[in-house]
Amino acid sequence: MPETTSTILTWITFIPFIGMVAVLCAPKQNLSLIKGICGIATFIPLVLATQVYFGSFQKGTSEFQLVHFAEWIPLMKINYHVGIDGLSLPLVWLTTLLLFIAIPASESVPRVSKGYYALLMLLEVGILGVFISLDYFLFYVFWEVMLLPMYFLIGIWGGPRREYAAIKFFLYTLAGSVLMLVAVIAMRLDTGTFSIPELVRIGGEGGFTGPALLGMKFTTWVFWFLYVAFAIKIPAFPFHTWLPDAHVEAPTPISVILAGILLKLGGYGLIRACFPIVPDAFTTFAFTLGVIGVIAIVYGAYVALGQSDFKKMVAYSSVSHMGFVLLGMAALTEWGMNGAALQMFNHGTSSAACFLVVGVIYDRAHHRDLNAFGGIAQSMPRYWALSTVAFFASLGLPGMAGFVSEFMTLVGSFQSADTRFQILVLISCVGVVLTAAYILWALQRVFLGPLNEKYKDYKDITAREVFSLAPLLILCILLGVAPFLLLDWMDSSIVQLMRQLGSSI
Amino acid sequence: MELFDYKLLLAVPAIPIVGYVIQIFFGRHLPRKGDWMLTGGMFVVMCITVYMFLTKAIGFEPSPGNAALLHESAKEGGPIFGWLYSSAEKAPGFNLVAGIMYDGLGAAMLMVVGVVSFFVHLFSLGYMNGDRRYHIFFANISLFTFAMLGLVLSDNIMFLFIFWELMGLMSYLLIGHFAQDPDSPRITHAAAACKKAFLTTRVGDTCLLFGMALFYWKFQTFQFTELWRLSAEEVARNGGEYPMWMTVGGFFIFGGTVGKSAQFPLHIWLPDAMEGPTPVSAMIHAATMVAAGVFLLGRTFPMMSPEVLAIVTAVGAFTALFAATIGCTVNDIKGVLAYSTISQLGFMVAAIGTGGLGLVAGLFHMVTHAFFKACLFLSAGSVIHGCHHEQDMRKMGGLRTKMPITFVCMTVCTLAIAGMPLFSGFFSKDRILQGTLGNLFTQFRGASALSIVALSLAAMLTTFYMFRLIFMTFFGEPRDHHIHDHAHESPWPMTVSLMALAALGLFGGHFWLLHPTDPLAQGHHGTWFTQLVDWKTMYGGVFDPMAANMIVDRYNPYHLVDGQYVLDSAIVAAGTEHYEHAVHGAHYWALGISLLVLSLGLFGAWLLYYKRKVDPARITGALGFGYDVVRDKYYIDEAVDGSVIKGTMWLSRVQKWIDEKLVDGLVLLVGRIGKILGYICSWIDKYIVDGAVNWVGYTTQAFGSVARLFQTGRIQQYISFAVAGGILIAAVHILT
Repeated sequence: MPETTSTILTWITFIPFIGMVAVLCAPKQNLSLIKGICGIATFIPLVLATQVYFGSFQKGTSEFQLVHFAEWIPLMKINYHVGIDGLSLPLVWLTTLLLFIAIPASESVPRVSKGYYALLMLLEVGILGVFISLDYFLFYVFWEVMLLPMYFLIGIWGGPRREYAAIKFFLYTLAGSVLMLVAVIAMRLDTGTFSIPELVRIGGEGGFTGPALLGMKFTTWVFWFLYVAFAIKIPAFPFHTWLPDAHVEAPTPISVILAGILLKLGGYGLIRACFPIVPDAFTTFAFTLGVIGVIAIVYGAYVALGQSDFKKMVAYSSVSHMGFVLLGMAALTEWGMNGAALQMFNHGTSSAACFLVVGVIYDRAHHRDLNAFGGIAQSMPRYWALSTVAFFASLGLPGMAGFVSEFMTLVGSFQSADTRFQILVLISCVGVVLTAAYILWALQRVFLGPLNEKYKDYKDITAREVFSLAPLLILCILLGVAPFLLLDWMDSSIVQLMRQLGSSI
Repeated sequence: MELFDYKLLLAVPAIPIVGYVIQIFFGRHLPRKGDWMLTGGMFVVMCITVYMFLTKAIGFEPSPGNAALLHESAKEGGPIFGWLYSSAEKAPGFNLVAGIMYDGLGAAMLMVVGVVSFFVHLFSLGYMNGDRRYHIFFANISLFTFAMLGLVLSDNIMFLFIFWELMGLMSYLLIGHFAQDPDSPRITHAAAACKKAFLTTRVGDTCLLFGMALFYWKFQTFQFTELWRLSAEEVARNGGEYPMWMTVGGFFIFGGTVGKSAQFPLHIWLPDAMEGPTPVSAMIHAATMVAAGVFLLGRTFPMMSPEVLAIVTAVGAFTALFAATIGCTVNDIKGVLAYSTISQLGFMVAAIGTGGLGLVAGLFHMVTHAFFKACLFLSAGSVIHGCHHEQDMRKMGGLRTKMPITFVCMTVCTLAIAGMPLFSGFFSKDRILQGTLGNLFTQFRGASALSIVALSLAAMLTTFYMFRLIFMTFFGEPRDHHIHDHAHESPWPMTVSLMALAALGLFGGHFWLLHPTDPLAQGHHGTWFTQLVDWKTMYGGVFDPMAANMIVDRYNPYHLVDGQYVLDSAIVAAGTEHYEHAVHGAHYWALGISLLVLSLGLFGAWLLYYKRKVDPARITGALGFGYDVVRDKYYIDEAVDGSVIKGTMWLSRVQKWIDEKLVDGLVLLVGRIGKILGYICSWIDKYIVDGAVNWVGYTTQAFGSVARLFQTGRIQQYISFAVAGGILIAAVHILT
């Protein structure tokens, strides 16, 4: 039974819950009070998470740290078991940052109300809970907790087709979680435990005894069920079509959270709660996953190139960028795995920044048609400067964060023991060029060339908008110049993960 | 080198980046919009680079050891920067530590970049005066300088690539400088040109990235010195043969050069890049950034197999000739220089492909070209500035009296590019021909044979189109009197820059620079550059046998002894001697060809454009369709547009359709099936399941309604029922 070493993770996770209760108690006319509560309830976790990052967390070890353990439902051996390691810590920190940013960014959401802020707080609880859970049942509960606020946030405060998008999002993710639930129950019946570290240990020893079904091994079934559950969240081809709809309809701050963190839950789930539990099945299908990743990279880039909706283009760029995560993991090398983990974080900052950028222009023009803009750089020069940083970070310009992770993924995949991955790298290079193509083309159509008279009097980006955008852009540059600020924290856990996956590192 | 020297070198890129940060945030509020700060900073940078060059590289004292100059901060305890590292316990890590590398090539290039950047900054003070985004221009060009200086100082290919791409970004922003200027008539063109430049080079960059990944896969390092050593070992292990993967990797790395140095077929971005302000064209698209591709070849030469080098030579020579032909037909003054740049870059690339002396000559040409081409572009800028933004040479003429300084400077540099003896270009171009011929004499390689023809023709055309430019612009009668009357000489920052760079264009190749205090010390043993960068020692000595490229073929120095290849130094010496002998013999040939093509080209231009004995229109008319093809740039832009661009857009539309109709369609279909199932279930539920329930209900109800008849609530009726019941029970009881 694990020792409780710290309760700070519980505090980080549930302070937003306290915030939610406070918001619900506040009078609904007094929006500024509500915003203040939310600001505090998201700022404290950010401070605590930063303290954990640079203070209590120990680098160089792969053990779970800051573990909080308590029995929850002893009858079914379900425990409240949370803790972090190098894989989850950066994502926890990113979550607290993005939610903090989302509060001022919510200013521009139409019809924003008390319920919106309450749901936002609940969303943070769910996301943080998933990242710190070490008990599969707890993991599942938080997974579902996160789903519901997201549904309402899109369905109530979204664009014109919000109901369609929200239902699509909800049903798609729910379908995934049902598969996850089936797999979790099957594993529970087989091994008698919900504990993720325990399952990883048993899985690593080949301890699953479940029967084969329809000619497929038990572990293979578990693998594919969990894979689909998480792949929907990534989203990996071909389960990605909910994403553009959800993004286009979601209000800006929700898009930021969706692209910035929710997609990472899929990738995180795979490396925390899927691959190491069934390492044999993973190694068997690694190449298939690599192929899926490359399809996402190239195909996502092509579809992004064909979009005329600014936000949809950014949404498809997410599909393309998340392909690197899958490719890097599948290659099963230290570089690739680190690249994939890094890519999750870096995509979290750069795509979130891109959605904020799109939000800025949408708030002024109330449309997102790329072909109807032109010359915005003349009326909004500061906005152009910040957008350039955001989009070149997304493009993977060296010196910025996205480059490091994409490059590590490609180099790592190239080193894979399976030399077929070298062909995959070559193909994904096409995606790298296409990424530059759609981003530069969009920049040209929106910002450069003669100024469209309609946009002559637009106010340049405001201080509030800069406040949301600046931390992300600083991160994009900082992590491009000093990637060790993440890698040094993650690598021990990655090495441990590689060992669990049977790689001789 | 001392720690102090490294700190000086570190200051070189640090000054422009610090300047950039200050400028981008506060530039608008500084006096004169901050231009003095960045220009002053660049002056310091220039002084440091020149000081380092003079003291560390060539030295005031003759010292033979300088030829093997190769310093690395990582090995000498200088400053290093850990980029990727982790403290995890494991066998091999991914520790990528970047440091400073200062060798002969780097020293020369650093000096060139420092000097050219300063004078371009100075020139811009005058040229960009009154520009709408003046402070942004200075910020961007400063960040560009940072990237280029960083690239030259990088000791590993990873950091070279980072700076390489950063330069690409700055090139994008600077070409697009006028894409945000509502007063600019070419705002749309600029917007398209910057995108085209970045995208086209991105194709090459991605190739480079792939090549780097391939080499890292085998060698587990990005460090240049390690890559050279391991490449040499790999070749030695294979008995002088390059393995297939090195050929593939080298080919992809060369792809980076093709993109950045505008070689065929990725040259298409460079002419369009002329949409940028002229100082940008001078610095980025002539002197420094496009030379980075050549610099990369110099840095990675030991990794290139003979097969790759043959391709390098072929591509370079073809580009040199091909671009020179177009250069003869262009009427835009900057356009001529743009094609001239492509052509000259082709010279360098072709020379490097021949190895040995050619390698050094190509790099030397990169240095001299930087001086005279920067001067030519800036002169063109001065002309454009003087003629109030007229770029068409057909509207100029007779400007030599109006702009005497510009005229003299431009003529000096034209003589340099044409290869007039004693001008800098002569030394480098002559050695390019010499190296190529030397390679041909030892090798009889097809690529060398074709390239010597192509390069000679290209050299002739170079002289022709450059003097065409001079004659059309500065001589003859003014063709547009309005422009001529208003033309004026440029202000002092511009003319000073021109004169300084013209002086370098004149003296940049001189041998006595090696020993400035004792000009006659070593006579004409070589130019300063060929002594500073010697092909036998420039790769730290790990690579002598192969540095002359093709010697290996005929003098394979590796012998199989007990299953292992051993290097036979006698054969290396014999091969080297043979090569040097051939190169020596080639010297007179090269000189002859140089002078011949120079006079032919000059005579042609003089006849057509100065004396006007023959009307050029008659020649072009006689050439007919052939001329049209050249004038329209061989329709390559159209071909790329029709195939690659259209193809990509078509593919993107197809995949968008697939995504919407098939992938999402499938999801919607599942949703619809679910919905239909729902309707069916609801029907079943309503009419069958619920029907059954209802039936029970109905039955009960029916029973109830019958039963209700008896439930009237009247006491009398109940009593009568009770009495009747009692009687009935009694009757039954009695009767049974």
